[in-house]
Amino acid sequence: MTVQRPIDAAQPGVDAVTTRAPKAVKLENVSVVFGRGEKAVTALAPTTLDLEKGAFLALVGPSGCGKSTILKLVSNLLAPSSGVVIVGGKEAKAKALKVGMAFQNPTMLPWLSIERNVMLPLKIVPPYCHRFRAERKGEFRDRVHALLDKVGLTGFGDHFPWQLSGGMLQRASLCRALIHEPDLLLLDEPFGALDQFTREELWAILQDLYLDRRPSVILVTHDLREAGFLASRICVMSPRPGKIISDRAVDIPRPRDIGLIYQPAFVEMTQELRALIAQVRK
Amino acid sequence: MDDELSINIASAALICGFFALWEVLCLLLGVSDLILPRPSDIVATLIDRFPVLWPHILQTLYTTLVGFALGVGIGVAIGVLIGVSRIAYGVAYPLLVGFSSIPKVAVVPIFVLWFGSGTTPAILTAMVICVFPIVVNIATGLATTEPELEDVLKSLGASRRQILWNVGLPRTMPYFFASLKVAITLSFVGAVLSETVASNRGIGNVMMSASSNFDVSLVFAGLMILAALGVALYVVFSMLERRVTGWATRKNDFAVT
Repeated sequence: MTVQRPIDAAQPGVDAVTTRAPKAVKLENVSVVFGRGEKAVTALAPTTLDLEKGAFLALVGPSGCGKSTILKLVSNLLAPSSGVVIVGGKEAKAKALKVGMAFQNPTMLPWLSIERNVMLPLKIVPPYCHRFRAERKGEFRDRVHALLDKVGLTGFGDHFPWQLSGGMLQRASLCRALIHEPDLLLLDEPFGALDQFTREELWAILQDLYLDRRPSVILVTHDLREAGFLASRICVMSPRPGKIISDRAVDIPRPRDIGLIYQPAFVEMTQELRALIAQVRK
Repeated sequence: MDDELSINIASAALICGFFALWEVLCLLLGVSDLILPRPSDIVATLIDRFPVLWPHILQTLYTTLVGFALGVGIGVAIGVLIGVSRIAYGVAYPLLVGFSSIPKVAVVPIFVLWFGSGTTPAILTAMVICVFPIVVNIATGLATTEPELEDVLKSLGASRRQILWNVGLPRTMPYFFASLKVAITLSFVGAVLSETVASNRGIGNVMMSASSNFDVSLVFAGLMILAALGVALYVVFSMLERRVTGWATRKNDFAVT
């Protein structure tokens, strides 16, 4: 596998990374503190960050640095202790954007088949929820199966979560995050527990799905190659209490080929990131 | 499958063996009918007196099932109320434990005082005796729901009601059915208890009057009927449980729907 394109042959506008572009997410001086008084733990130091519409942002950093906290803030699973989180022009709790989220664990509901698990967002999120009863055995079912086909889970819709391997569950989890065609995709180390080959396969699948609909994406990961391969922008966070210490664009045209990660320029970029994280960990 | 079959056979053999041993021991030791009638005597009495017993069976079944249904309704309602809120769980628990500690035989006279003898106190006793296990199980099931599963729905913007309906309640089903199997047998105990104290109908009453007439084999016939009814209802709920909560036991033959 070789890639002809040199790494810095940036094509203008490929990933719409310009400061003028409309923002999908804006964090303004947001901090998170757990507990009170002497026992208070600062999970996230005051952080300002924004994400352009349609951009693919990777958050990397040592474990416990508040990467997942940022995702929880954006998905309104957590309220900020100070500052505001703006999603789609409104506060996060207003749910102005359709959000799809994939967690570190696949978190499939064990009493539902894979098909019904993947269909879950269609049952909850408007406008789909209004048609759920009528379409769950028709159009919605076909949609779920089309998506399962794309991630290589053809024929597993009728299986239950415990009948599937970890990698298969992560694929299903990805489907569940995407089934309702979200404007904003939040991925919390979704491939962390997988072997290298499955991971690389899923990177390629995720890239295809991203290029399909171009949602705004925040990917939390500690895999620098994953960040470099998928993202159009990489933010590096310091250890707890976390804050963003580096913000760089990745100007590699898409679609990217997996062979890319062995090219010298790519390796150099990941080395730089690695050195940066190693430095702040001390 | 073969394992299951052999367990069933062994189980049936144990029951038959128990009655056979009882029969043989009574014959060998010459135990009087007035002390311990033989199973064959009891079965004969059962068949002989069945037309008289039948309305009483229906009465006991009726009070038990109505009391059980009320108990399930009330138990689920209270269980959901205190299970969804950590504060309510803490606040209400001591009161619930207090209520459950009261021997239910002590409340029968109160019900009789309020509602007279007969059907009503039997239903109420069956109800109060089965409420507590249901409340505790529903509340525990809801309170121990994995936050990660709830997060899946929260991140989609689901309301509290949607989360309860799609995660909390399905997650609680195994707990609920475990409590139902306990509750149905307790309901029988409650209904028969009340019939024994204050009623002129039902199996409890039949056993009471039979024992005062030294009709010992009829007393045992009553016990047999109660045991059989208890087993039958237990089986019904076990079957229902297997259908609804097969995901929790991971049976290979669990129907894929």
